[in-house]
Amino acid sequence: MSTLINLKNITKDYQTGEVTTSVLKGVSFEIDDGEFVAIMGASGSGKSTLMHLIGFLDKPTSGEYHFEGQDTLKLDDDKLAEFRSEKVGFIFQSYNLLQRTSVLDNVLLPTTYLCKCNLKEAEGNAVKLLKRVGLGHRLDHKPNQLSGGEQQRVAIVRALVNNPRLILADEPTGNLDSHSGEEIMEILQSLNKEGRTIIMVTHEEYTAECAKRVLHIKDGMILRDNIVGNQRMARDGEFKK
Amino acid sequence: MNIFQTIKSSFTNLAANKARSFLTMLGMIIGVGSVISIMSIGAGAQSLIFNEIASFGTNLVGIMPGGSEEDAPPASMMGMVITTLTYDDAKAVGEIPYITAVTPYSTGNANISFGDKIKNTTFLGVTSQYVNVEDNEVSSGRFIFPEEDESTARIVVLGSEVKEDLFGEDDPLNKRIKIDKTSFIVVGVMKKKGASLMASRDKEVFIPVKTAQKVMLGIDHIGLIRAKIDDEKNAPLVISEIRKLLQQRHNIKDPKKIDFTVQSMDQALDMIGTVTDALNLFLGAIAAISLIVGGIGIMNIMLVSVTERTREIGLRKALGANKGNILTQFLTEAMIITFIGGLIGIIGGSIFAVLIAKIANYAGYEWDLIISLFSIVLSFIIATIIGLVFGIYPANKAAKLNAIEALRHE
Repeated sequence: MSTLINLKNITKDYQTGEVTTSVLKGVSFEIDDGEFVAIMGASGSGKSTLMHLIGFLDKPTSGEYHFEGQDTLKLDDDKLAEFRSEKVGFIFQSYNLLQRTSVLDNVLLPTTYLCKCNLKEAEGNAVKLLKRVGLGHRLDHKPNQLSGGEQQRVAIVRALVNNPRLILADEPTGNLDSHSGEEIMEILQSLNKEGRTIIMVTHEEYTAECAKRVLHIKDGMILRDNIVGNQRMARDGEFKK
Repeated sequence: MNIFQTIKSSFTNLAANKARSFLTMLGMIIGVGSVISIMSIGAGAQSLIFNEIASFGTNLVGIMPGGSEEDAPPASMMGMVITTLTYDDAKAVGEIPYITAVTPYSTGNANISFGDKIKNTTFLGVTSQYVNVEDNEVSSGRFIFPEEDESTARIVVLGSEVKEDLFGEDDPLNKRIKIDKTSFIVVGVMKKKGASLMASRDKEVFIPVKTAQKVMLGIDHIGLIRAKIDDEKNAPLVISEIRKLLQQRHNIKDPKKIDFTVQSMDQALDMIGTVTDALNLFLGAIAAISLIVGGIGIMNIMLVSVTERTREIGLRKALGANKGNILTQFLTEAMIITFIGGLIGIIGGSIFAVLIAKIANYAGYEWDLIISLFSIVLSFIIATIIGLVFGIYPANKAAKLNAIEALRHE
């Protein structure tokens, strides 16, 4: 398998007035194509910052970040925006759907920023994906008419619509009850099975067990890097395609 | 970036806050509407003045006392009393070829009374040819006879409204009335001329010019000479003939010292046009200020919108929007507000202008409805510029937001 992400000695400092806070203090690891990695840590450990760096939302203070073999630190803002558009799909803890906008339009939002996008094709693809996550009948609904689990499923489809190689999920089950959470994990696992690389930030042991590899992070440094010996299949692997 | 999706999402956002979007637009609607309607009303008023003047006939030439600069009104129009024109000048002008009728004017204000009825009015001292010069005629009795032109006969012809006020339905002919303290015999009543913007002839009375000069005013000069030409195309020739004649009569060698002004109706129209154009532009500029106020309203609301939608901006950036995309989106929203507001303003302003024209027409004025393409294009261009200028600051503020901080924003 080829290396998708290669981080070397990444540090990140934040300047608040006179005080400099080091959030990441030299983080190095590689993630291969097709992995399912959970990043675990307490709040303030730097896991969210790490996620933002990987997703090109932020730049490290020092270190090296190669994505698909390309040195990303040399890229300008517009190029990074293009990377976010084409190569990464974000899933957030609080879904971040646009209110008063239909499910379908929410899902199609990332296509707005894709250079070469056939809207008809994207729409067909979006409908197909929404059907797959069981929301085929809710295309014209507004987010506030959906349950939390349904909203997160819409957000997952939105992350997929530009067909990115990498899915970044920031506490995707954090706002959900365990049943809905399981459904979300089930979808993520099935996406991983299809070959998509997934990086998920979580602080729940239970959720992290669904990944194939767990990075424990503490005080801005990698504490442990474990391969999950016995990956737990969400809902007993009952997911039907 | 897909511009149609951006426009669609802008409409969704504006529709989500219907009341707010409408109130924001209102500034634009009022601004554009007032520019359109004021410019139309200005043009209508201008047409009214033009029609009024043209109703005297465009083949008229006026001679006013006092010299003037090219295209500027003569000093006498500014209220100065200049005594250089005389009755004999008028008489001599009447000899010039192509001139079919000529009359001097010697005007003043007086109280006119009959019995216990009293009315302040303007008397016009004219000659018998007045009716030919101004295309007027008597409805009963007679006008001043040519034999009376140089007499100081105490006869008076009443304007139709004066007759109504003093006599009502009664026959005024051969009745004695008083103009100030002098007694006059009514010999005729003029036909009704109808509504008029300037001095209405219906409210005036006519007496022989010599009577006005000697008896009423005690002066030797006259205020104005009007001559009628057989055909408009002869106007330039006649004007130069009049100049030559009067220069000779007044014994003037140096053209800079010419003490009279000869103007054709066309020239007068041009002059008035210049003045009213400037006035219209001035009023339009005042109306345009409300456009700027409307623009500030848009900026204000867009700033609120940026703050409210900070999270959305963060999300859009996370999903691949660059600075330009965010800028475009907020600018698009500002532009949509200005465009729709401008469009409604154009329609509303036009409706208002039509209403004003209808009311003026109903009141009997010759008011033309003029909604110029210029005013529409102008206000649309101003609206567009305002949308851009006042939209760019909030849009830029949105574009510069840090994605991560924006996403954390509550």
